[in-house]
Amino acid sequence: MEIINWLSLAMIPIIIAGILLYGTIKKVPTYESFVEGGKEGIEIAFSIIPYLVGMLVAITVFRSSGALDFIMDLLKPAFSAIGIPAEVVPLALIRPISGTAALGMTTDLIAVYGPDSFIGRLASVMQGSTDTTLYVLTVYFGAVGIKKMGDALKVGLLADLIGVVASIIIVTLLFGSA
Amino acid sequence: MVNIIWVSLTVIGLVFAMCNGTLQDVNEAVFKGAKEAITISFGLMSVLVFWLGLMKIAEQSGLLDIFSRMCRPFISKLFPDIPPDHPAMGYILSNLMANFFGLGNAATPLGIKAMEQMKKLNGNRSEASRSMITFLAVNTSCITLIPTTVIAVRMAYSSKTPTDIVGPSILATLISGIGAIIIDRYFYYRRKKKGR
Repeated sequence: MEIINWLSLAMIPIIIAGILLYGTIKKVPTYESFVEGGKEGIEIAFSIIPYLVGMLVAITVFRSSGALDFIMDLLKPAFSAIGIPAEVVPLALIRPISGTAALGMTTDLIAVYGPDSFIGRLASVMQGSTDTTLYVLTVYFGAVGIKKMGDALKVGLLADLIGVVASIIIVTLLFGSA
Repeated sequence: MVNIIWVSLTVIGLVFAMCNGTLQDVNEAVFKGAKEAITISFGLMSVLVFWLGLMKIAEQSGLLDIFSRMCRPFISKLFPDIPPDHPAMGYILSNLMANFFGLGNAATPLGIKAMEQMKKLNGNRSEASRSMITFLAVNTSCITLIPTTVIAVRMAYSSKTPTDIVGPSILATLISGIGAIIIDRYFYYRRKKKGR
């Protein structure tokens, strides 16, 4: 574990040093190139603002109106019926939509049930094994101005569902159920 | 699809607030959400400037080419529409690698560059191409070696074994990753059948 910890700390410094040294060896005007590339970053950051504002306002409105809680309560029985513990249903539903909200829920579940409980472990695995689909889609497509997403959203959400089901099965098999 | 989701999230929320007496919260939420978006964008800007600056050096020195040539055999089957020598490959690979090692803030700029290249390949159209959908499918079910944030939370609540979820997480992410690829292929062939 210590090696892994060290590696994850040293990773970024190694990458930065590697790129700079290799660039110098290959006689790239490193500083000028850095500035040139960095300018693109500013353009991209500005171009995603409207996409993010639109999406985040919609999500916060939906959440703070109480509609999200209402739908979760409606769906709970259905999820419980297929073996998904009621406690993690809100997390499973919010994970693809909002990363910060999901992390909040995971922290809450760990605090309430304990990190080494079945629910605590399940929440940890669910949080750690997928990314926030809607956010990734908004940022990536927004940055390059893709207006028609095609099947991307459907594919992403279905994959998230598979991730949730896989998390439950794996955690149950490895750590036993509640 | 996005239009429908966007409008329904907002309108359902607004109508629900009227019936539920949470109008005050919703009024605040509109501006809170907008503000959060700006905060995120500016937070991203620092990261974008730094990593895209570095990646420019990696690109011009040929490091990116070397890297993509190394991993090409594994990934070109996933993206049959992208010519193996195309710069998009290098960015896709770097993005997946950054995700894999949990370098989330390095992954986003690389992913955006990959999308930019794929858009060029698709004749700059504003529709998502096949490769883009595959890329996002793999990316959102992204394979992370060590979920550092979760481990930190577990440690904060004095877990006896904070890292014992690493194995299960990798397994779960692997399964959802494979699932994503299969679903992506299914939708692709369905589109093709319909002649789109």
